[in-house]
Amino acid sequence: MRVMAQMSMVMNLDKCIGCHTCSVTCKQAWTNRSGTEYIWFNNVETRPGQGYPRGYEDQEKWKGGWELGPNGRLRLKAGGRLTKLLQLFSNPRLPGIEDYYEPWTYEYDKLLNAPAQQPNIPTAPPKSLITGERMDIQWSGNWDDDLGGTYAHKDKDPMLKGIEDKVQLEFDKTFMFYLPRICEHCLNPTCAASCPSGAIYKREEDGIVLVDQDGCRGWRMCITGCPYKKIYFNHRTGKAEKCTFCYPRIEQGEPTVCAETCVGRLRYIGLVLYDADKVTAAASTPDEKDLYRAQRDLILDPNDPEVIAGARAAGIPNDWLEAAQNSPTYKLIKEYEVALPLHPEYRTMPMVWYIPPLSPVVDVVRDTGYDAEDAENLFAAIDTLRIPVEYLANLFTAGDVPTVERVLYRMAAMRSYMRDINLGREPREGIANAVGMDGDTMQDMYRLLAIAKYSERYVIPTGHVESAHELEGIGTDCPLNAPGGPGMSSMSLPEDSLGMSGPGYATKRQMNDPTTANTAVPRPEGKRVNLLNWDGSGLPEGLFPQRAEGSA
Amino acid sequence: MNETPKYATLLWVVVPYVVLAVFVLGHVWRFSKDRFGWTTRSSQIYESKLLAWGSPMFHFGIIGIFVGHVVGLCIPKAVTEFFGISNHMYHLMAVIIGLAAAVACVGGLLILLYRRRTNSRVFGATTPGDKLMYLSLSLTILFGVLATLVHSTFGEYDYREGVSVWFRNFWTLRPNAELMMSAPIFFQLHVLSALALFAIWPFTRLVHVFAAPIGYLNRPYIVYRSKDPRREAERRGWEKINY
Repeated sequence: MRVMAQMSMVMNLDKCIGCHTCSVTCKQAWTNRSGTEYIWFNNVETRPGQGYPRGYEDQEKWKGGWELGPNGRLRLKAGGRLTKLLQLFSNPRLPGIEDYYEPWTYEYDKLLNAPAQQPNIPTAPPKSLITGERMDIQWSGNWDDDLGGTYAHKDKDPMLKGIEDKVQLEFDKTFMFYLPRICEHCLNPTCAASCPSGAIYKREEDGIVLVDQDGCRGWRMCITGCPYKKIYFNHRTGKAEKCTFCYPRIEQGEPTVCAETCVGRLRYIGLVLYDADKVTAAASTPDEKDLYRAQRDLILDPNDPEVIAGARAAGIPNDWLEAAQNSPTYKLIKEYEVALPLHPEYRTMPMVWYIPPLSPVVDVVRDTGYDAEDAENLFAAIDTLRIPVEYLANLFTAGDVPTVERVLYRMAAMRSYMRDINLGREPREGIANAVGMDGDTMQDMYRLLAIAKYSERYVIPTGHVESAHELEGIGTDCPLNAPGGPGMSSMSLPEDSLGMSGPGYATKRQMNDPTTANTAVPRPEGKRVNLLNWDGSGLPEGLFPQRAEGSA
Repeated sequence: MNETPKYATLLWVVVPYVVLAVFVLGHVWRFSKDRFGWTTRSSQIYESKLLAWGSPMFHFGIIGIFVGHVVGLCIPKAVTEFFGISNHMYHLMAVIIGLAAAVACVGGLLILLYRRRTNSRVFGATTPGDKLMYLSLSLTILFGVLATLVHSTFGEYDYREGVSVWFRNFWTLRPNAELMMSAPIFFQLHVLSALALFAIWPFTRLVHVFAAPIGYLNRPYIVYRSKDPRREAERRGWEKINY
């Protein structure tokens, strides 16, 4: 068992009102630069709908994600290493700017500089941000916002394949919901696997998937590889960019910008522990419909003594372990089993999970005049309303309808169970039991989903940069602080005045002194050596075992 | 013994060594100071249809031509003769394979140039550096094709006894300007334009040649990295187009 920690997110889709605040704040924080105009690390799609970029879920067209080869082993759907190298000069599966939209601005100065008393009202025509020429706006992100897949666009939603006939009949009265999307920070990311330069990596500490901007050479294979199309090409720098899970904030224990600013408070962030040795096997599960279960089983119980021992052996700090034990995402995924991954059939083991929306079902029940809070009515409606459930199954369980139904039953049961309590009636344990839960668990789940405070929704341990500082000697100190530096000779150290000198205290001087640095912070044998930090003089630190004293 | 004219020494000895120094040191400088700029800067997102033909044709063609140059310049005539390859056979092979590569390369380049000029998105993202690079690259290829056709295929000049020897002498630090002086005009122009190309190479997008991701073939698919605290100096950005 190789225990690794993963930062994960759960979104409760019932609460999403489609206000796009997450998208806007994310854009202001990350992609308000030239070359990133069309890049939305976070976007909110109306479903049914085409998504962004248009029809990205049609993997027969885009070839994103993994597939099982004839030998039952995982392989990249768009072709392996050799195919990728042969396609370097022209990637046949790359979305063009028209699949997103051509970004534009308006000639605002035409308004400001219009002469007074002009007979015509001044206008601000749109102007392309790519060519600089005036353009005719044809499409944009969220062009089909709130349309719920009208007749014009319905057949373009790949997830409606096979159920389009039923949808056509009852479309306007059935359902529509919003799907906010960020990078999935997969356990088995195809973007990283597709990168010829090896510039996309998964952070060992928290599993966040990042692009090394100095390592990216613009080969564009990651864009094809990612089945969620959450890697974007910055057309000014020629480099791939993606959602960073706001890692600078996460390292400080703060939630991502999208989560922080979500007005519906529908996002939950927490750690999960998983067994890295079993990821490939889980992703190779033969039947697509078993993938959700395989993925859920990868996640380890942070209270299991064996897992705790494994986590300690893997160097996961205690406060991180504690955070994993209090993780809201763990509870929603593993304990209540109400969170589902988006498109498990891509076999990337995505780590942003969704609680499917019950609201479309509730709306239909209410519209028909029945009691929409009644468990029996809701259960019956979930069974009868095949279309929303089948559609949700296409999104979250590779088409496995019973799993989605089970989740919706639980949400419906919670609604009904809590109504009795709120109305001062006797809670009915039978409602909870009917969905395989008990009353207390149901109330815990209600707390987490309905009234959880900031600190319960976001359980994020701070990053341990202090140890990285010791190991790599990064330049966070003033360079003049080095021993013998200007003005340092006559200064007394603060440690002296605070009584912090003497044996047992590794002082800053010792740490900075190359001759004593190794004794102050011993580098464990067999660990990584960073040759990039080697200044070329002497032996690289940690490359060779240290000689015993005096033998040199 | 005739005195080598000063301009010949300058053109065929001094300039080539200076260009070599600029080429090597330029790449070292670029890699240490502007690793962020080390990219292909692909324009495929703007336009795909023409690129799908032009780019592979050009790239595979130029790789073929590069291999041809290695063989033609680095393998002395004596070696091929020792293996029993007659001069006629050698040239027949060189012309057939070279012609195929040249057709692909020139055809691809023409498609790419047409695309770059006519597609307003692509043209908008073209920097002055790109234009200079396209000019010297096109000239080098043009003179190379002309030299091969005019002097080698239909002419009498054997570059394996002239330009190739000059090239090898250059690397063994015994430069011989006479050999280039006596070479036909298109060979001289080909070498000069190539020198110009090599001199600007490290400062253009051509650096992507030295990013060829061969390591991908034997790398594990998923890369893990620890939080790396490397900090780097201020980086240079790309020139912006004027709106």
